[in-house]
Amino acid sequence: MVSRTTDDYMALACAGCKAVNEPAFWAGYDRASAQGFYDYFRQITEYEPKRAAKFCIDHYCWLCINPKEAEDPGLAREVMALIPEFLKKPNVLGIGEIGLNKNSRNELMILEEHIQIAEDYDQLILVHTPHLEDKLKGTKLIIDALLNHPDIDPGRVIIDHVEEHTAPLVLEHGFWAGMTLYPESKVTPNRAIDMLEMYGCERVWMNSACDWGVSDPLSVPKAALEMRRRGYDDSFIDRIVYSNPAQFMGQSERFALK
Amino acid sequence: MAGNDSNLVDLGFLDARIKLIDIAAFLDRLDRHGQADDYRVDALRKAFAELDSREAGRASRVLDALSDQTEEPIEAAELQGAFGAPPSTD
Repeated sequence: MVSRTTDDYMALACAGCKAVNEPAFWAGYDRASAQGFYDYFRQITEYEPKRAAKFCIDHYCWLCINPKEAEDPGLAREVMALIPEFLKKPNVLGIGEIGLNKNSRNELMILEEHIQIAEDYDQLILVHTPHLEDKLKGTKLIIDALLNHPDIDPGRVIIDHVEEHTAPLVLEHGFWAGMTLYPESKVTPNRAIDMLEMYGCERVWMNSACDWGVSDPLSVPKAALEMRRRGYDDSFIDRIVYSNPAQFMGQSERFALK
Repeated sequence: MAGNDSNLVDLGFLDARIKLIDIAAFLDRLDRHGQADDYRVDALRKAFAELDSREAGRASRVLDALSDQTEEPIEAAELQGAFGAPPSTD
């Protein structure tokens, strides 16, 4: 978690966290060159696993140029050319978080090219859906782009940041749905539990956003507490916060919980 | 699995009450400062009708009301952020 302190790793370890998975994401600013991404990919495949290991947490990651920086196809293709080398690293689960941000033509083109890399290298896919007013349209465009690749198994794709209006679209096409928990924006623990009640527990996970903005690595444990308050038993909670994520990520031979 | 053994009104009423009063105070504040004429506020007002609906699916319909309903990709991303409601087409 390159944007977080060791205090956050300590808190996660004390809350019982066994593993984290970190998507390649925006640094809070646009990187000036592909070399910046090369260094970043080294950070999340070499250094960050060692930092997490000090707290007995396994660290996994995903690789891509994220959609916020995909408007420049030239830069995006330079970065994508780096990915195959890093796919050999032992903590890489797949391609992500790819997707869309403002739903532009260039973003969509680079998304398609990322999907092709995942297909060529038989990788899992983690998808970011756009924010706020752009989410519904972006989710539909992303689903269409994925369905254009019939060799991509929807069961090996998780579409993240779903909300009440997009979760059914994702699930009805056989994809996994990720609910990213935030203290101030996106989905709260109670809304995430509501979605479990409405749409079921198959192919669903919750994740704590741990980025540069206001976010809380303990969001998932706090959602577990909320589930307990709402009367859910241990086996249900365990399925949502542990078994389901392990089932999805376990499709990668790299993923092994100690 | 279980679930809902608890009294959900006890668990959630005060939080919902606080949020409702916050929205009312927000609208009052915009009026006092002459800033209520904004496409985002218009979008919020249109979505308020869902709160009084008796039909399940209110959250999804509020999100739909605050979403861009166009279908084609835009030509280019000229900014990276989002604002919470699509530009007014009125």
